[in-house]
Amino acid sequence: MSDPLDAPLIELKDVRFGYGERTVLDGLDLTVPRGQILAVMGGSGNGKTSLLGLLGGRNIAWSGSVRVDGQEVGRLNGSSLYALRRRMGMLFQFGALFTDLSVFDNVAFPYREQTNLPEAVIRDLVLMKLEAVGLRGAADSAPSQLSGGMARRVALARAIALDPMLMLYDEPFTGLDPISAGIIGRLIKRLNAAFGMTSLIVTHDVNETLRIADRIVLVSNGRIVRDMTPQEVRESDDLFIRQFADGLPDGPVPFHYPAPSYARQLLGEGSAHA
Amino acid sequence: MLDLLAGLGAFTLSVLARLGLAARFSCSVLARVFGSLRRTGLLVREIHFAGVRSLAIILVSGLFVGMVLAVQGYEVLQRFGSADALGSLVALSLVRELGPVVAALLFAGRAGSAVTAEIGLMRATEQLAAMDMMAVDPISRVVAPRFLAAVVSLPLLAVIFSSAGVIGAYLVGVELIGIDAGAFWSQMRASVDFRLDVLNGLFKALVFGVAVGLISVFEGYHAAPTAEGVSSATTRTVVISSLSVLTLDFILTVLMFRGLN
Amino acid sequence: MNRSNTNVAVGLFVALGLLALVFMALKVGNLVSFDSADGYRLEARFDNIGGLRVRAPVKSAGVVVGRVETIHLDRETYEAVAQLRIRPEFRFSNDTIAAIQTSGLLGEQYLSLDAGGDSRYLGDGERIVKTQSAMVLEKLIGQFLYNKAAESSGDRK
Repeated sequence: MSDPLDAPLIELKDVRFGYGERTVLDGLDLTVPRGQILAVMGGSGNGKTSLLGLLGGRNIAWSGSVRVDGQEVGRLNGSSLYALRRRMGMLFQFGALFTDLSVFDNVAFPYREQTNLPEAVIRDLVLMKLEAVGLRGAADSAPSQLSGGMARRVALARAIALDPMLMLYDEPFTGLDPISAGIIGRLIKRLNAAFGMTSLIVTHDVNETLRIADRIVLVSNGRIVRDMTPQEVRESDDLFIRQFADGLPDGPVPFHYPAPSYARQLLGEGSAHA
Repeated sequence: MLDLLAGLGAFTLSVLARLGLAARFSCSVLARVFGSLRRTGLLVREIHFAGVRSLAIILVSGLFVGMVLAVQGYEVLQRFGSADALGSLVALSLVRELGPVVAALLFAGRAGSAVTAEIGLMRATEQLAAMDMMAVDPISRVVAPRFLAAVVSLPLLAVIFSSAGVIGAYLVGVELIGIDAGAFWSQMRASVDFRLDVLNGLFKALVFGVAVGLISVFEGYHAAPTAEGVSSATTRTVVISSLSVLTLDFILTVLMFRGLN
Repeated sequence: MNRSNTNVAVGLFVALGLLALVFMALKVGNLVSFDSADGYRLEARFDNIGGLRVRAPVKSAGVVVGRVETIHLDRETYEAVAQLRIRPEFRFSNDTIAAIQTSGLLGEQYLSLDAGGDSRYLGDGERIVKTQSAMVLEKLIGQFLYNKAAESSGDRK
């Protein structure tokens, strides 16, 4: 009998999903074991954020299976879905702090809404979470007074409030200066180990990813096309990986948007802009 | 020609789809109203945001409407030697119609648009999605209290508007123009019936509160998550609320006051 | 925004609203109108009810003593039948006259009760026998013109 803790936390099989007529994920397979820090990378608009939506139950796959902790997320009803979400934490791209609440109240929000803990206990827990992200001193500030990096750290403190088993990060490094990005990266790594979580990071940032991830997958055309460790990425000769990792303008992902022959269009034989 | 018809058809379908969405959304909001009543802290904050902050404009507008009614009313009535009826004219106009309707229009413009902008902004900055992912129902926590606040505030504001109007009319009619104070109040008392006029006016304001409340939260919740999206949602709230208030006013007036003769 | 400040502000707002409602009820409207539970009924029949409406006041010597409860047409005698609800503290004699009058020139019409000298009083559900119908302007004018015509032809004779 296999130990349930050995079972993968996330299992996606042949997932198809899109918006309207546009297919974004086309037969995607992914298995994530517990405790792993997984980075999901790929060009923009490739469905990375949709992936997070599928895991959180905000998007329902057109076909295929999306399992988190053994449960088929797409088939959960209201209260079961909420029960699952209580065990997940999500960090949104710009933090998504509640602007009408203070930093303290933001982090206290999950405790006040989901538990019956007395205020004194909540106070201690909030201060501990803020300490973990290094912002205990900002507890009484308003979100509007924080810089982008600080806001994201507070949002992180809020997301880990109920000690989730799974953390989802939506572009946590985007728009941050190198120091702040480094701080967030280290926090992600440290928290994952300290709380025994599994983390899934959707990102563009190659540097931070190489530094903290256990495993990197590349999504292209709705599927996973590369699945490697950071070391393998650094050493790889693969054109696709190299273009991505080194930020090369042209390669397997073309620079030019599909267009008719340049010479022909300039010399007036083209159709649209004559 | 065919394009025009196709366009019209597509437009009609989109309007119907939006109406259906609005109806389903309204049902979810209404279903969560009772739960919202228990979260008094949230409700009080929203009543403050929508109701208390609208007091200034309601009081001032009410006062001025009453004063204008007195001036115009006197001008016409004194031609028939019925200047004494000014009190009745002003009170009935305010209590039956102007109080509920003008208060609702002002409320839609001031508080309704503010609520739409607030919820729309929360949508645009992913705050609603974050709340949803934290397993807290955004409709219960964010939408329902704001709806309830509108329903509670508007009748109060309508009554305050009418009272301010009556006082304004008194100031102009009796103090300024010189109509007999006794006649002013006694004629008013004789013609304004509490049950038929005051309570009906209050009921109208309640219905308007439900309408403006639902429209403002709906537009905010379904705003496109961009600056332009929020801005057009706010405009839509004001326009659609105003039209709805006027339409409902007509329907309610016919239903309520037709039987008086 | 301080929690308790908000509470106070909202409390004041609600209080102001309720105050306005009370103002409406007492100073503006006539909440003091009594319920139909107390008061006894009288009936009065008229040839022409004129502009008298339901809920019109019933006055005696100018003081409101009751309300018109219902008005309907008697299908056999073609008279207008008005049911009145009179306050219990007022009693009217059997020979009371009920007349439809207008307050002022353009005012609303009301029912005026002129008590007589009979020692017996009307009880619940009884009918006021002597009634005076509403003045119909057209009839008055017609009468006036007729009289004028009769006068001038009389002068000529």
